[in-house]
Amino acid sequence: MSEFLAAVGAAFLAFLAGVGRLALFTARALAAGATPPYYPQVILRQIVYMGYYSLPVVGLTALFTGMVLALQSYTGFSRFNAEGAVATVVVLSVTRELGPVIAGLMVAGRVGAAMAAEIGTMRVTEQIDALTTLSTDPLRFLVMPRLLAGLVTLPLLVAVADVIGVFGGFLVGTYKLNFNPVAYLTQTEQYLATSDVVSSLVKAAVFGFLVALMGCYQGYHSRGGAEGVGQATTYAVVSASVLILLSDYLLTQALFAQ
Amino acid sequence: MSEPAISQPAIPKIAVRGLTKSFGRKRVLDGLDIDCDAAESLVIIGGSGTGKSVLIKCILGLLRPDAGSVRIDGEDTVGLGSAARARLMLKFGMLFQGSALFDSLRVWENVAFGLTQGRGMPRQQAREIAFEKLAAVGLGPEVGELSPAELSGGMQKRVALARAIAAEPEILFFDEPTTGLDPIMADIINDLIVECVRGLGATAVSITHDMTSARKIADRIAMLHNGRIIWQGPTAEIDRSDNAYVDQFVHGRADGPIRMEVRAA
Repeated sequence: MSEFLAAVGAAFLAFLAGVGRLALFTARALAAGATPPYYPQVILRQIVYMGYYSLPVVGLTALFTGMVLALQSYTGFSRFNAEGAVATVVVLSVTRELGPVIAGLMVAGRVGAAMAAEIGTMRVTEQIDALTTLSTDPLRFLVMPRLLAGLVTLPLLVAVADVIGVFGGFLVGTYKLNFNPVAYLTQTEQYLATSDVVSSLVKAAVFGFLVALMGCYQGYHSRGGAEGVGQATTYAVVSASVLILLSDYLLTQALFAQ
Repeated sequence: MSEPAISQPAIPKIAVRGLTKSFGRKRVLDGLDIDCDAAESLVIIGGSGTGKSVLIKCILGLLRPDAGSVRIDGEDTVGLGSAARARLMLKFGMLFQGSALFDSLRVWENVAFGLTQGRGMPRQQAREIAFEKLAAVGLGPEVGELSPAELSGGMQKRVALARAIAAEPEILFFDEPTTGLDPIMADIINDLIVECVRGLGATAVSITHDMTSARKIADRIAMLHNGRIIWQGPTAEIDRSDNAYVDQFVHGRADGPIRMEVRAA
């Protein structure tokens, strides 16, 4: 019994130590980024990479999510004659939840993994040490631009994903379920509040920051060659995904709880 | 009446005292002492895993020692803040074992990196210097536009050397500069190192287990074993050191007092 408790205690202490290391890393990166130089070209390159090149995968996912959501809610609501609520359910679900969460998870898989692999490879090939010897702070040059890009880019991506998701629902609603297009759009517009859009963008900013943070953190601390870089990539995606889902609950609680 | 002038001993360019560094239970450096004078070329030899790279990284500030001091021009550098560390780095140039060139940048951008990012030099001016330095290590301007992945190992070392000397630093560090190169290319790199160090009048600290390289680039050789410097002297005296460890290492004999660890600690 005491051995079991010791193992649980050791795991908990290791978890706390990990949280502490992550908090210190974040604070150091933010502090480094608060002072010049700022590397605008590097930031812009990250925004293009993270945002523009993620558009196809995020757009496609949002489109099918909206379409499936319209179909499923129609099937469910038709059991108690509430088919008319499909447009409302689609727009609120996509804007409040599915848009930011699905875009966040897709970006975590596409960009977070790539960040961890790139920075991890730089770590194990001593390129990060080389940056330091060339009087360049790696946190300022590598980490801060990615954090900033995550913070700025994901809200833009999610704004696009929300529109595409709602459009997917509209397509299914009007072409397959025979809703009147004008009535569908009117209902969509009527029930969508500004706070829904704002909450969507706030969530997206938080998710983008978390994706970039976990990619950078895992890559920066990778060890042991190709295997270490592979592990860092896996950890980056898994930890970013878990944090997205956890923070989604906390943000929903904070933004919508009565 | 004026007091007679007292001659002060020259301050070493680099003075390391009581340097200790452990990783877990493995003590890699164990109270190591060593000096390097200005414009001197010091080569530290020792077997694989004896802590040569750890020593050089502690001097550079890439690793924080557990105890001891590292003085550069008389100033203790252990525990410097990031701004002071960045200023100190302006004195240094470093050639890494695997070259450590930035994959995402072209060759000339690699060479110019310390000038544009570290010193804020305009890009065009840094570009001209980069091509000058590439020429100094025997690489033509066409190489400058290539990506590091398109270069052979020997060419990558040359580019890394050009990057190390681009800002004309006071102190140059070379980590295993000839590892992985054929003997001819290794000799070319050794010649370039000697030429660059002498041309700049820089202080050089190299670590290697390649005795041909050590003999060629060193004014003084020191041997690291069990976390300490066990012998040091002018290069010409390495063959009559009267030290069984040095003798075994220099002649590459399996039998002797040095027992290689088969497993990493």
